[in-house]
Amino acid sequence: MAVLDIQKLSVSYATPRGELKALRDVSITVPDRKIVGIVGESGCGKSTLISAIIRLMAPNAHVGSGQVAFKGEDLLTKGEAQIRALRGTQISMVFQDPMQTHNPVLTVGRQMIDIQYRDALSKAEKRKRAVDMLALVGIPDPEARLNQYPFEFSGGMRQRIAIAMALMARPALLIADEPTTALDATLEVQIIKRLRELQDEIGCSILFISHHLGVIAELCDEVVVMYAGEVVEAGSVRDVFHSPAHPYTRALLECDPGHIKEKTRNLPTIPGNIPDLVNLPSGCIFAARCPRRFDACTARPAMAEASAGHGTACHLIGMEMTA
Amino acid sequence: MNTLLDISDVVVRFGVRGGVFRSAGTIDAVSGVSLKIEEGQTYGIVGESGSGKTTLARAVAGLHHASEGSILYLGKELRNLPETQFRKLRREIVMMFQDPIGSLSPRLSIKSLITEPFRIQGMTDRDLDAEARRLLQMVGLPPEFAARYPYQISGGQARRVGVARALALDPKLLIADEPTAGLDVSIQGEMLNLLARLQDELGLAIMIITHNLNVVRHITDRVGIMYLGKLVEEGDTDTVFASPQHPYTLALLAANPEPDPDAQLMRIELQGEPPSILRRPKGCEFHTRCPFAQARCAAEVPDWQVKGAAAHRCHFPSAWEENRMEKL
Amino acid sequence: MTDLTVPKPRSELGEIVYHLVRDPLGLTGLVIVLLILASALFAPWIAPYDPIALNVPDRLQGPGAAHLLGTDQLGRDTFSRVIWGGRVALQVALPTIGGAILIGLLLGMIAGYGPKWIDNLIVLLFDTVRSFPTVMFALAVVALVGPSLNTVIVVIMVTSVPTYGRVVRTLTQSLKEAEFITAEKSLGASTPRIMTVHILPNVLGPLAVLAAMDIPTVVGLEAGLSFLGMGVKPPTPSWGSLLNDGYNLIRNTPWLIIAGGIPLILTTIGFTFLGEALRDVVDPKLRGKGGK
Repeated sequence: MAVLDIQKLSVSYATPRGELKALRDVSITVPDRKIVGIVGESGCGKSTLISAIIRLMAPNAHVGSGQVAFKGEDLLTKGEAQIRALRGTQISMVFQDPMQTHNPVLTVGRQMIDIQYRDALSKAEKRKRAVDMLALVGIPDPEARLNQYPFEFSGGMRQRIAIAMALMARPALLIADEPTTALDATLEVQIIKRLRELQDEIGCSILFISHHLGVIAELCDEVVVMYAGEVVEAGSVRDVFHSPAHPYTRALLECDPGHIKEKTRNLPTIPGNIPDLVNLPSGCIFAARCPRRFDACTARPAMAEASAGHGTACHLIGMEMTA
Repeated sequence: MNTLLDISDVVVRFGVRGGVFRSAGTIDAVSGVSLKIEEGQTYGIVGESGSGKTTLARAVAGLHHASEGSILYLGKELRNLPETQFRKLRREIVMMFQDPIGSLSPRLSIKSLITEPFRIQGMTDRDLDAEARRLLQMVGLPPEFAARYPYQISGGQARRVGVARALALDPKLLIADEPTAGLDVSIQGEMLNLLARLQDELGLAIMIITHNLNVVRHITDRVGIMYLGKLVEEGDTDTVFASPQHPYTLALLAANPEPDPDAQLMRIELQGEPPSILRRPKGCEFHTRCPFAQARCAAEVPDWQVKGAAAHRCHFPSAWEENRMEKL
Repeated sequence: MTDLTVPKPRSELGEIVYHLVRDPLGLTGLVIVLLILASALFAPWIAPYDPIALNVPDRLQGPGAAHLLGTDQLGRDTFSRVIWGGRVALQVALPTIGGAILIGLLLGMIAGYGPKWIDNLIVLLFDTVRSFPTVMFALAVVALVGPSLNTVIVVIMVTSVPTYGRVVRTLTQSLKEAEFITAEKSLGASTPRIMTVHILPNVLGPLAVLAAMDIPTVVGLEAGLSFLGMGVKPPTPSWGSLLNDGYNLIRNTPWLIIAGGIPLILTTIGFTFLGEALRDVVDPKLRGKGGK
């Protein structure tokens, strides 16, 4: 069964210019014990999506429709107290900036013991768990480091601690929002590898948000490509990266300089800008920038199957099938 | 081709304040770097945070004082040059900053911002309206952008304004600090293509500071890899990418996952975290994280060894190759 | 072919006024402040009577058709005295605040941008001045040189300088480290240019807010000193001396104290509203975002 099942979720923000439709009919499924990556550029709706899942939305945000089912229960209809009970136990988060997620005036040990306040364990037992967890994320000499303050750790170490704290309660779902973006590449690979191992050991699911295609390819089982508030393609990492069905995914992959083997001084780009989310175009959201746009694109495409378990919202799919 | 910039043994030293009772010490953020940039060439400085790459760039731009060594620009020593004299050179040596919006004076319109260089250099006889038009067109922004303010434009557009400002006075050397940081991949290409085009048109040399190896591979002629304030490998870009010699270069290349789930990456995994510059390791500064380190690495500072069109500082440059053989 | 002319950016002041009048709070503040300024400026035309002309037979009248706010114990028209009093209040407040801003700006920017020893010196100066309580300081000076409008102006100005100076210093210090200042240096901008073109405009906004909020305080101080007999000399009309008369005659008529109090309250409300609204408007990034 899916740990997280988002169906037809639409979220908008009230702005002085009008309603900004940040998410439109977004459906994403995170299966049990899988890592699902969400990839997309600025303005694709990643942040809105996360805030909707953990119900920490901006005051001007409004959920228009849809449901966010966690283990079969719709989170959107739950009360504030019920949600709070889930956060940190069943659903945990790791954020982008490891410098700002810890309380600077408490030792790491104190913070790691504090977050176990729900468990009926002795302080020594809680401390033992904190030590084990730090060791698990690869912090050398965890016993001694428990007494140190966050500023005494480097960025990479702090992100490991954040991961340790997030996984302490053995959550069913970990939401990682660009957790390696602020880190250097050599540390990034170390953390990615560790995350994969931990996921295996704890048996949780991970929703991993990143704009870095290489990291998604490396870590995730499945990937969802978002563009301007819509899911344009979803499937296994192999299917999506090897045979991208949506022109946006294709363009995105082509733009990644890591993908271009030949040295070139003329790098590919995606001409144009993302559409105005207040005044949406009526047809396909990518049509204005799409190199393969044709008559049908004036209508909004539905999600269609490109192959088994690999879907895309593009009119070309039907075309290629019949042609 | 003439040598435009000849940096040798540059050290940039900062005083650090100790605790309340500790005495102040010093750190070398840049610790003896030498490199040459030819006219019209693109030189990439690659390194991770704390490697001193930005400090080096700022020392060349005269924004940090170099404590030792020499920085020759067309044969003229820039180190210790008084600001009054350096000011004249600022037409020729210009810088693009990492934070695209934060580096634009917030109360000035884009027009004022891109024509600032003329006013600063006292070239007030120019038709500033015409110059604004020319510069906006050069970086691919519509003329109506002149009336906007920095907070009204996107990061990518602010980068273009930064380019326009830097290139207003026809410089010879552009120092670009992380010119693509924070840009989406689809826009990153536009920025790099713009720089490449302007370089071809104006014949300027570019010193590009970045942590992104993919960027360096495509647009630079030469590359220098920095670690803890020192260059560990330096040379022709194609050579360095085709046969990296220093394990750190190798680790950087390997830490660059390809967008392909089946890519068979040769992974060399580093141990731990980069050491603090306050406690610089003895011997080879990389030995604490190097998977191939041996006793000699902790004792002896490796010297430069030339191999083909590149050079590196490693005692056991082929160690990783043997290691790979074993694994295979 | 697109239009190739470079459009003129809208001026900073135009931008601020544009957004200010769209904020109900700002508009209210602006209207009250403009009314006060206009009544002070056009006092000779607005005031129906000579504010110091005695008319003893008509003394201590209540509000009526002849005297809008009644008369005082000497038969002077209270409404005219309120209008002229506003002129005096602003005659004190505006040069005081203006002078304090100018000196504070200069000292604050030098302290914030200059070398450490100058900074220490100026901060010491600020702290010294600050440590005198304004009213005590004023009383001491008045005792020395006698009460006059100019004494009040100088005293309040001197004691207000540190308030502005400190704000300017802190702002300058943080701006000095900003990336755009480094960027300007890299283009060869001189220190005077950096100070005037790049730091000054970013300091002025918060300073204007502070000044708007400070004007009622200064008007109140002037009223207070005049109330104590240390400020404006009779028979010159002042809101403070109006209050004083009203206080003495409270058993005879409440109108004097009301007439002296209302303009003080209005001034406070007007300038505070304006200051609050300015706070949101002077920062270009916040413009048009707050709908509160």
